[in-house]
Amino acid sequence: MVPLEWYIGLSTIIFMVGVVGFMIRRNLIIMLVCVELMLNAVNISLVAFSHYLQDLRGQVFVFFIITVAAAEAAIGLAILVTLVRNKGAVHTDEITDMKG
Amino acid sequence: MLPVIFFIYFAIATTTLSILVITRKNPIHSVLFMLALFFHIAALYLFLNAEFLAAVQVILYAGAILVLFLFVITMLNLKMEVFTEPFIGEWPLSVSIGVSILLLIFLSIRDFLKGPLGPYTIDVIQQETNTKIVGKVLYTEYLFPFEIASIILLIAIVGAMVLAKKKN
Repeated sequence: MVPLEWYIGLSTIIFMVGVVGFMIRRNLIIMLVCVELMLNAVNISLVAFSHYLQDLRGQVFVFFIITVAAAEAAIGLAILVTLVRNKGAVHTDEITDMKG
Repeated sequence: MLPVIFFIYFAIATTTLSILVITRKNPIHSVLFMLALFFHIAALYLFLNAEFLAAVQVILYAGAILVLFLFVITMLNLKMEVFTEPFIGEWPLSVSIGVSILLLIFLSIRDFLKGPLGPYTIDVIQQETNTKIVGKVLYTEYLFPFEIASIILLIAIVGAMVLAKKKN
């Protein structure tokens, strides 16, 4: 039997890979993919908790996370298409209109 | 012993694939590695007795969300992407921050305390099947959040159409 801690460790590794990818990449598409990566890492730990604590709420939460991930991907890609159409840029360091 | 070997294979595979996702220059390669990663995660769900979620993972994530990404990438014509620098200038700093947070969480996993066990043991789930029992919880205890999820999806549809529409 695989201990629960291994699943938490795996989920942590994938989540941090997603965080690092979000920070280091210049391409907006890959940054959106990294958000999906982080959501999936959280899903793994939720399903693992649900199995090891014998409670189904973890799995129900994963459904809602998948719903929100789908909505986020749709909106994010729509923003991306608009950005490319108006500015012709998919790189974060070329989009500096708001001087943030 | 066999589950441990399987878990180690899936752990190594998912880690390698996720690192490949964030390091490839070509966005199409990244998304295709992400596809392989989602299939591995679905297999992990099967280990954890979440059969319905494994199917949903393949159908929704691999079948819908990633295809959406692929459509957008092919539409955007990113021919020059392979010749540009994929990382920002300060990437060693970001990687070291990420690795240190990872070590921090690893050190704190040891002190994890389990909460009280719930009523859904493996025997109960096997009697009623996974899909049926998840549906029961979803449509009774979580009915109101379920309805709100439909509103979130509606807002996403309208928002995506409003954003992507051409102004005339």
